[in-house]
Amino acid sequence: MQTGGAAGKTGAFSRLPRLPFGKLFRSVSWDRRIAVALIVPSTVAVAVFVYGFIGWSALVSVSEWDTVRPDYDFAGLRNFRELFSNFRFQLDIRNMVVFTVLFVLACLVIGFGLAALVDRGIGAEGVFRSIYLFPMAVSFIVTGVVWRWLLAPRAGVNLLFDRAGMDSLKYAWYTDPTVLHVPSESRLGEALDFVGLGFLADAHFGLPLAMISVVIAATWQMSGFVMVLYLAGLRAIPEEMKEAARVDGASEFQVIRHISLPLLRPVTLSAMIILGHVSLKIFDLIVAMSRRGPGFATDVPALFMFETTFQGGYFARGAAISIVMLLSVSLLVIPYLIWSLRREARV
Amino acid sequence: MLKRKSFWLISVLVIVALALVACGEEEKGLGGKLEVFSWWTTGGEAAGLQKLFDLYPTVCPGDVEIINATVAGGAGFQARQVLTTRMLGGDPPGSFQVHMGHELTDTWVTTGYMEPLDSLFEEENWKDVFPKGVLDIISYQGKPYSVPVNIHRANVLWYNKQVFSANNLQPPATFDDFFRVADALKAKGITPLALGDVEVWSSTHLMETVLLGSLGAEKYKGLWTGDTDWKSADVTKALENFKKMLSYVNSDHSGLTWDQANDLVIQGKAAMTIMGDWANADYQAKKFTDYGWAPPPGTKGMYQALSDTFGLPKNAPNPEAVKCWLKVAGSKAGQEAFNPLKGSICARTDCDKSLFNPYLQSAIDDWAKDAIVPSLAHGAAASQGWVTEINDAVTLFVTDQNVSSFQQRLAQACVEAKVCR
Repeated sequence: MQTGGAAGKTGAFSRLPRLPFGKLFRSVSWDRRIAVALIVPSTVAVAVFVYGFIGWSALVSVSEWDTVRPDYDFAGLRNFRELFSNFRFQLDIRNMVVFTVLFVLACLVIGFGLAALVDRGIGAEGVFRSIYLFPMAVSFIVTGVVWRWLLAPRAGVNLLFDRAGMDSLKYAWYTDPTVLHVPSESRLGEALDFVGLGFLADAHFGLPLAMISVVIAATWQMSGFVMVLYLAGLRAIPEEMKEAARVDGASEFQVIRHISLPLLRPVTLSAMIILGHVSLKIFDLIVAMSRRGPGFATDVPALFMFETTFQGGYFARGAAISIVMLLSVSLLVIPYLIWSLRREARV
Repeated sequence: MLKRKSFWLISVLVIVALALVACGEEEKGLGGKLEVFSWWTTGGEAAGLQKLFDLYPTVCPGDVEIINATVAGGAGFQARQVLTTRMLGGDPPGSFQVHMGHELTDTWVTTGYMEPLDSLFEEENWKDVFPKGVLDIISYQGKPYSVPVNIHRANVLWYNKQVFSANNLQPPATFDDFFRVADALKAKGITPLALGDVEVWSSTHLMETVLLGSLGAEKYKGLWTGDTDWKSADVTKALENFKKMLSYVNSDHSGLTWDQANDLVIQGKAAMTIMGDWANADYQAKKFTDYGWAPPPGTKGMYQALSDTFGLPKNAPNPEAVKCWLKVAGSKAGQEAFNPLKGSICARTDCDKSLFNPYLQSAIDDWAKDAIVPSLAHGAAASQGWVTEINDAVTLFVTDQNVSSFQQRLAQACVEAKVCR
């Protein structure tokens, strides 16, 4: 009935040349049309607000815009060149790598440990699962504030250690400016210098200890999520396989090592991708907890981008940082997408 | 039929005319909303701002609803970010708090976001009541662009009197004095200098007082105009002093805010702190009386000034109400109501001195006779972009303490700010 009405209306315009779309349109089923109509608004919104603004940021990143007054004169790749020679950005890259590696590793290990324990068929499993998953319901800002207080050098756990008489455990946490690095005077440092890799023994090239406090907070929040992923993965492993291994005399550890872990590889990969893109973009946790930290020990590109853009007014540089961040995330995500698409095609 | 039509037409016209008359009558008084944007959220600051709001209806006729739009955070770090977004997004507040000097001029005036206020200054005869030095700083191409409400002093050394007298010490006047006193305190297990630089401006603040004390007023001013070479040996000496001072601060400084550092002085865990004179209001709010003040080493006779000002953004909603707000903020009554609570002195020269507490009275005396120099950390001396570059260099220096690379970065920042070659 609907299509009949549409055909009747076109009668008035019959003298106009007929567009081939009409035929095409009519051949599409009504269901399809509704589906397309429902998709179009969100597609347009995503096209404008995601891809449009990515494009705009890319445009700004190659412009001369460095005051509050927009200036779209073409600057080429100068902003990027200056960015990579900027000491703060170099430290940010170091921190980003350190944070990502530590955070992803800690979450995977703790998450898997929790999942393996919960999977033992203990009573009240739901309670434990909820307890471990609850931190994820909290925003990073709240996590940051809570851990900021917990790890404050004159309060929190230090106070606890103080009261318990365990002064030796008191620690500066996120205010510790130490960067663990290869001392340039050591034999290794001299050897590195000799082969032209002296920068590897630079005082800033290493592990900023303050970052560990931030990793603790982030892990507290996200390891429950990894646990759930692993738990789902563990439940999907057929019990018969494990039984068969046990019948063959495998110890419980060997079952995990040779049955569970290999079968959980896709889960691990998914978890790594999800955690990895969270950690590359981390901002709120750092802002609430330690900000740039002593000597940029906990500074990250997102924070630099925010400060240089909205405090310093260097919009082009801020856009360049965003583009670098986008590229680093896509380096992680795009191979994963290709891999999973191929896998789907195979199945 | 026609009659009926014209009847309707006439009645509509009459109603419209009446409405217009009614509107016209209302225009005599001010109406609508006035949004005042600031980072004054705590204690005396908020109380002082409220006094100004209370004064508004007595000066400005009509019924204006004032919206107190505040964003918390010392030295306006957070507020500035919100402000930038709003100004660029075409949603300017009616009037906003901004530091006098390059922070206002380089960010908003030269880029054409502000209305000049020359007619307001003439109407109110403000050219006679504000000091010439202040008028110069708030003007661009001969026209004033903001109304200064107060004057703060950045270079003040605050100390716990009891700690000093218990150890038979005098507040240090020179750097040698300072290091001697600091060594004596350190030997007693007292932190000589409290610092809280979770927000980096606190360390930049400390550095600017050291630069001033080491270079003197003229050379210090030259740093911001390109007349003093950032690579010179004098600057190296100043940075060495800064480095040495940092060796006397509390180890957890990067986890504290400036007022938490103040608490260390109050508790007697630390002996001194170098902070602007808003610290005075903090001591009063915390009911601490046993404190003294002095210029930090080498800065006697110098007044490192900053000022909070309000201006009129282009395309601000309800500009007439904003102009009247500026009138209140610049008035004698307004400044006398605001400043004793805020803990600052009047930008006007005709305020009643007896309204102020002993510290501020001494500041008023110093303001009249000292050499006035602009503060760096608080936007008077350099553009926002330059300050953020310096802040970044300071952040790294506070931990790595490498004077030569620090000096190089500072020199580079001056070049990037297009002041040095």
